[in-house]
Amino acid sequence: MTIFNYFRTLRPQKTAAVAKERLQIIVAHERRLRNSPTLEYLPQLQQEILEVVRKYVIIQNEHIKVHIEKEGQYEILELNITLPDTEKGQINIQKSSSDVT
Amino acid sequence: MGKIIVVTSGKGGVGKTTTSAAFATGLALRGHQTVVIDFDVGLRNLDLVMGCERRVVYDFVNVINGEGNLNQALIKDKRVENLFILPASQTRDKEALTVKGVARVLEALKKRFEYIICDSPAGIEHGAIIAMYFSDEALIVTNPEVSSVRDSDRIIGMLSSKTRRAVQNLTPVKEHLLITRYIQKRVNSGEMLSIQDVQEILAIPLLGVIPESPSVLKASNAGIPITLDKKSDAGLAYLDIVASFLGEEPPPREKKGFLTRFFGN
Ligand SMILES: Nc1ncnc2c1ncn2[C@@H]1O[C@H](COP(=O)(O)OP(=O)(O)OP(=O)(O)O)[C@@H](O)[C@H]1O
Ligand SMILES: [Mg+2]
Repeated sequence: MTIFNYFRTLRPQKTAAVAKERLQIIVAHERRLRNSPTLEYLPQLQQEILEVVRKYVIIQNEHIKVHIEKEGQYEILELNITLPDTEKGQINIQKSSSDVT
Repeated sequence: MGKIIVVTSGKGGVGKTTTSAAFATGLALRGHQTVVIDFDVGLRNLDLVMGCERRVVYDFVNVINGEGNLNQALIKDKRVENLFILPASQTRDKEALTVKGVARVLEALKKRFEYIICDSPAGIEHGAIIAMYFSDEALIVTNPEVSSVRDSDRIIGMLSSKTRRAVQNLTPVKEHLLITRYIQKRVNSGEMLSIQDVQEILAIPLLGVIPESPSVLKASNAGIPITLDKKSDAGLAYLDIVASFLGEEPPPREKKGFLTRFFGN
């Protein structure tokens, strides 16, 4: 953090700074969507997994979280399914997928 | 062989047509054979900004359909040597610009002109895609404002996926960021994104900055490209941009230089 930034944080945040922050987040999000072919089938994958899990336990849509991360050449697909009424409450299925070029 | 440069933005009304007219005129003033093409089918406006609306006989779509030839459609500017305009069609058929047809016209223009400036319509549909499809370089016109910056980012994504250069795996389209309607005073008071902010978010090389200026409206009222108004700060900024695009030093003048104009003395 530069001195300049430091002093800026002491004052109330200006609207341009808010704009910049919001833009950085949305632009990064939209770039990820554009650059990852995996993300195109993600919603459907999530739905189908949900249906399989529902054969065994009752869970809601919000109990399944899908997350994609890029690590070098690979994309890591992380699934977090929260199971209600179990001791641990949560299981993690980790699966690394497709080479990205 | 001529170079094809698209002027694009995604968002409407940010200054593409103003920039196309100013940039093409600036290149011609530097002695380069230049043509500026209006790709905004159905919403022809470049002719008005260039002041040649009453000389339009044949248009881009007529040439593609073989209803008139290129020489009949090209309008020679009366003020600047080496400058020509190819007007858009007023047809309602947005698909009138076919890839094949546009390719044929651009091939012919490339033999005759050094620079072919394509004024893109707003949006991310067919019209904008066909305008950028054959480009070698792109001017991404962006206002320091949230929706314009976001749309510019989408357009940058399309330049790297939907153009001929992308599809055929050639060297990517060379991108230039052009920030327009910039108001230093509002940036200083923290209510407008700064040059650095916009550049940081979009992460493409900055070609230049055009200040918000009342002279732009006056020039378009009169049908004069802003680069012909020697007293306009925006016009001078466009001339600087042309110079740096050509890799030249900015034209010498007594007026304040680029940095002092934006950052004060
Ligand atoms: N630097 C500037 N200072 C002041 N006004 C400007 C500036 N640049 C453009 N304008 C004004 O903004 C309006 C829109 O400009 P222009 O028509 O060039 O935008 P556009 O991107 O081509 O729009 P469209 O998406 O509709 O084709 C015009 O009224 C123009 O005069
Ligand atoms: Mg326009």
